[in-house]
Amino acid sequence: MVNILIKADRISKIYTLFAEEIKAIKDLDLEIRQGEFIAIMGPSGSGKTTLLDILGCLDKVSTGKLNVLDHDVSAFKESSLVKIRRVNMGFVFQEFLLIPTLTALENVVLPLLFSGLPQEHSKAVSLLERVGLGHRINHLPRELSGGERQRVAIARALVTTPKILFADEPTGNLDTKSGQQIFDIFKELNQKDDLTIVLTTHNYKLGLQARRIMFLKDGCIVSREESSLFV
Amino acid sequence: MKILTVAFKNLQRKKIRTFLTIGGVAIAVAVLVSLMGFDTGYQKSLTNDIDKMGYQVLVTAKGCPYEAATLMLKGGGGLRYMEQSVFDKIAKDPRIERISPQLAATEFDKDRQNGQGGIILYMGVSNSYLELKPWSKFKSGQWFSSDDADEVIIGYEAAELEQRVAGDQIFIPNLNKVLKVVGIFERTGTQDDGIMFIPLATAQRIFDLPGKLTGIGIKLKDIGSLGDFEESLYNEPGIQVISMAQVKGTIFNLVSSSKVMTNSVAIIAILIAVIGVVNTILMSVFERTKEIGVMKAIGASRLDIFHIIWLETTLICVLGGFFGEIIAILGTSLVEHIIRQTLPYAPAGKLVIITPVLLLGSFLGAVIMGLIAGIYPAFRASSMRPVEAIRSGD
Repeated sequence: MVNILIKADRISKIYTLFAEEIKAIKDLDLEIRQGEFIAIMGPSGSGKTTLLDILGCLDKVSTGKLNVLDHDVSAFKESSLVKIRRVNMGFVFQEFLLIPTLTALENVVLPLLFSGLPQEHSKAVSLLERVGLGHRINHLPRELSGGERQRVAIARALVTTPKILFADEPTGNLDTKSGQQIFDIFKELNQKDDLTIVLTTHNYKLGLQARRIMFLKDGCIVSREESSLFV
Repeated sequence: MKILTVAFKNLQRKKIRTFLTIGGVAIAVAVLVSLMGFDTGYQKSLTNDIDKMGYQVLVTAKGCPYEAATLMLKGGGGLRYMEQSVFDKIAKDPRIERISPQLAATEFDKDRQNGQGGIILYMGVSNSYLELKPWSKFKSGQWFSSDDADEVIIGYEAAELEQRVAGDQIFIPNLNKVLKVVGIFERTGTQDDGIMFIPLATAQRIFDLPGKLTGIGIKLKDIGSLGDFEESLYNEPGIQVISMAQVKGTIFNLVSSSKVMTNSVAIIAILIAVIGVVNTILMSVFERTKEIGVMKAIGASRLDIFHIIWLETTLICVLGGFFGEIIAILGTSLVEHIIRQTLPYAPAGKLVIITPVLLLGSFLGAVIMGLIAGIYPAFRASSMRPVEAIRSGD
């Protein structure tokens, strides 16, 4: 029996904009199992990012039931969500969002500081080595290229040994070559470490390399398919 | 790595902005320390000044200004006189240890203070003056050759100011009189340093005030009999009895109204500094919205974010407090100089005294100021919702 990490039951997300209700996610059902590699694809405004935020416990659902790692987080407040996030989830963002005043190594160690976990520098260093930045650990983000910054962000996301890695358009700000390199790191993490990965992208060439692809349109999943390209 | 490291490194991001904000706090703290140091210093030197007058009681004609401060404030005028017979009568009192008559007179010299004009205070004194002030030493020269000589002994500062040495001739234009400088006193640190002393009889003669006195300085054998002694003099007509304790009170009252002003200035400076700090930190919080969002995403709690921002504010104020104190210490002599230029009368000695207690107190004040200033920006930052913060500006 494969372990179910996330189970969404008719979840919706409703925003109010200028007194008008906008349903970003509509009655969506979803299951994410241990070891999956899911790419959420779809046009801009289809709700990809909103869905990712909700699954990653960065945002709350408006209606429906969301079960994350055996917690019913539907009614959780931010103070409880952060406790689930900080040890179970890793995040990678399109704009990398490293802290510009901290070195690559310090950026990677930062989640350990917030989680109260022991600040094992050796672990941070070996993660940076793993993403190919062993020689740049003391560089500031502005001294790194886009691809390198994103690799630091991946190392940062992994330092707490999360169960799920969420990546929102991780290659959106990168050229094709760097984008593929980042994607290869994800694939390796999924295959070798059995890390569950959920990412959004609108790059078909990359998205189709995930194990499972979900197409989103107007807040609904319009197709779910296993990828044939996944190697 | 610690939260402090994160806060400290962030302050280095915009160096000029951080520097200016710290500067604002530093100036406020420097103003505070200087003003409070002035408070202490002024009171201390004034007390010292008055104690060193050498007498505990001064008898003057009714309505006569009794010390240099009031005299100068009145533009050198307003002197009242009493008869020398009063002195002869009082001097018989057995409770008196020492007694010295004096006749003050002022002359306006238009060449003084670089042509602005200034008042010169002449004091006619008798030989008993030195008995009342045993600490008076001659820097050069000696006491008057006779009780009626046309001679002058100059206080230390007056001599410096006028560039006089023993043997010089001094011309008093309004009286068309020439006096010979026979001596110059050492610095005493009192108002006497600014006075020209002449023999009492000479003063009575050249200022055309025969048999007149402006004051009688008295030192009692036993300070405990001060109350009785004062009472016995109340029956004498046309005179007033001033104890030096009273004089201190009068001057402190005079100064206290200006103290209210200066303290308000200090409070305003501090308020402006606090607003500056709040503004800076708030601006930096808003600029970092995305970063704060991402820190929350990767596990920072509200308290963590509050800590970071609060620490940044406190760091600014701690550094500002530190540099402010250094500025205040280094600026002491400048402040003294300005006060001496501005105040009509300033006592001798150090006007600004900065004590360790004062430094510690104002440093703690700066820290508390930082803690208070940091609350609102830290609260704003910690209340940001991660998703909104991360996606802000997209």
